Amino acid sequence: MDNFAKQSWAGLRILLALTVICGVLYPMAVWGVSRLPGLHGNAEATDTTLVAVVREGDRYFQPRPSAATLPASGGSNKGELNEDYDKVVAERRTAVAQREGVSEDQVPQDAVTASASGVDPHISPEYAAIQVPRVARASGLSVEKVRELVAANTGGTFTRTVNVTALNRAIDAG
Amino acid sequence: MSPLVAGLAQVGILLVALAAAYRPLGDYMARVFGSEKHSKLELAIYRLGRVNPDAEQKWSTYAYGVLGFSFVSVVLLYVLQRIQSVLPFDFGRGNVPPGMAFNTAVSFVTNTNWQSYVPETVMGHTVQMVGLTVQNFVSAAVGLAVAVALVRGFVRSQTDRLGNFWVDLVRGTIRILLPLAFLFAIALIALGVTMSLKSGVDVDGQTVANAPIASQEAIKELGTNGGGVLNANSAHPFENPDEWSNLIEIFLLLVIPVALTRTFGQLVGNRKQGYVLLSVMGLIWGAMLAVIWAAEANGLRPLEGKELRFGIPASALFANSTTGTSTGAINSLHDSFTGLGGGGTMLNMLFGEMTPGGVGTGLYSILVMAIIAMFLAGLMVGRTPEYLGKKLGRKEVTAAAVSILAMPTVLLIGAGIAAILPSTQAALNNPGSHGLSEILYAYASASNNNGSAFAGITVTNDWFQASLGICMAFGRFIPIIAVLALAGSLAAQKKVPVTAGTLPTTGPLFATLLGGSIVLVAALTFVPALALGPIAEALL
Repeated sequence: MDNFAKQSWAGLRILLALTVICGVLYPMAVWGVSRLPGLHGNAEATDTTLVAVVREGDRYFQPRPSAATLPASGGSNKGELNEDYDKVVAERRTAVAQREGVSEDQVPQDAVTASASGVDPHISPEYAAIQVPRVARASGLSVEKVRELVAANTGGTFTRTVNVTALNRAIDAG
Repeated sequence: MSPLVAGLAQVGILLVALAAAYRPLGDYMARVFGSEKHSKLELAIYRLGRVNPDAEQKWSTYAYGVLGFSFVSVVLLYVLQRIQSVLPFDFGRGNVPPGMAFNTAVSFVTNTNWQSYVPETVMGHTVQMVGLTVQNFVSAAVGLAVAVALVRGFVRSQTDRLGNFWVDLVRGTIRILLPLAFLFAIALIALGVTMSLKSGVDVDGQTVANAPIASQEAIKELGTNGGGVLNANSAHPFENPDEWSNLIEIFLLLVIPVALTRTFGQLVGNRKQGYVLLSVMGLIWGAMLAVIWAAEANGLRPLEGKELRFGIPASALFANSTTGTSTGAINSLHDSFTGLGGGGTMLNMLFGEMTPGGVGTGLYSILVMAIIAMFLAGLMVGRTPEYLGKKLGRKEVTAAAVSILAMPTVLLIGAGIAAILPSTQAALNNPGSHGLSEILYAYASASNNNGSAFAGITVTNDWFQASLGICMAFGRFIPIIAVLALAGSLAAQKKVPVTAGTLPTTGPLFATLLGGSIVLVAALTFVPALALGPIAEALL
């Protein structure tokens, strides 16, 4: 036990030294570098398009369903054999089909499933496509113009996705 | 790009990056732990600790060092959480309740990073930086130290000295983890990861939580820790904004465990000894990736709990790597995976976290398994087994067996009791066999110091906080004590010369024995439990 106490005492002193280095100096150094122009906007998430929240109104594209309660993030954690959740997904499909005036089999997977973060900024090009006529009607923009904006906000290296947050801001700007 | 091509491209880029880092990082780590010189900063730390860095320790003193350091770490982290309301940047989140603070303190000190709390509403920036980030560094460095001590046991002969724990701990932190974490934290900010001292940011009229994420994100992956700064962990766009940051994060959580096989080869003076371990780790990692990816691609609701920017392949790649390395960070919700895909992530943990395992822990776990494999081979031919020039007698095999059996014992006892407690029903998020999978996953994650979850389960009642905390502690420290005792008895031996009867441990025969032992031990131990959970689900 003597040895344990002795080692713990040395351990406490070394832990405090490492706490100053790894817990104060290190994060402050990273924070300091993040103040540089070019990084500052990213660090503070200024005008960020990395996350999406629901914007009310037919003039906006809708993001994926969210199971999160902001400001906390998170998903549904529902397993694929969960029958109660099957009903929730079926209701979402019916609602989206009605809202966009399409048949239920035209509603893509991402429109009816909750993302992991609850703030997923992306939708599939298919989900964007079925929302175009409604957004055009409600915003007064032409269908061609809305399609152009969708194309301008479609990206991704390996998977093509549409950024809803950026797209809705482009709709606002006309 | 079709999902198949996109996935293969990302796996390819990842493997090329790992291959490029393998030699320089592996050799650098070998030099760090082999060097006699101390830097000025290190000498200052040793003076503060009043330890003599040039005095080497016996295995028992080394073990007391690990235990004492971890003990004071738990106490300090517990106290920090309990006094959070008087610390700056707490945003009125208040003191963390005792059960949760205990669980979290044990969790981060044992490199598990199981999270029973919702960070956005519970943890302020000060505890995140001064408490959790520090443990992200030092708990990984403890794993490295124990691995290096075991390797010294093989390399040295007729000595009772294994090195100095404080030197190994400080060097691992300052020379390996700190510079890499700093570099990659900046790279992640450039890709969009946030680094803010504010509590949130307004997005189109709603507040989304923000935090000093980048500094913790880098070390959380690099140290195979995995505790998210935000609740959604690396699925959150502020922690993991795009496909490239995702690849970097997967790279970070694999790079040290993989490169350590090179370090091992260098230290024992035969690189092939390292390559053979890497080949076994890589084969199992690759096979499990194929299983999880194929299962998710054929799921009923494949996008539930996944982020669209990652899609199915990059989610499967992350899930396989985070459970194969004891990291436990997630970029998709394993709870919403298919029976087979979720079962695959669970099986990765049940292999005992050695494919390729955590920082340091992966190397010492697979070396212990190598001893078991050689013991089994020795039984078959009726000859005292040897590994790396050391005889594996009663003491060595007993220590290896204790190290291997600690995890299944605490896991099955914990999960067994949890399954019969009436209070557990209310904690589950899914009915039927998936509910049992949620329990099994929780105890597998805690006992293997992984930290990921089938996160639907609510683990905030006193039973879960206490029992999972105990599983994390036993799952971490029983193997560490056994491994250090093993190292001590190996170091005391003479080297035995290689003869015609020595089984070579650099070829495919040994690789097959080792891989077979990993799979067999897990299968024999866990098939009954898996049959009622994920296997039942996959067949339904």
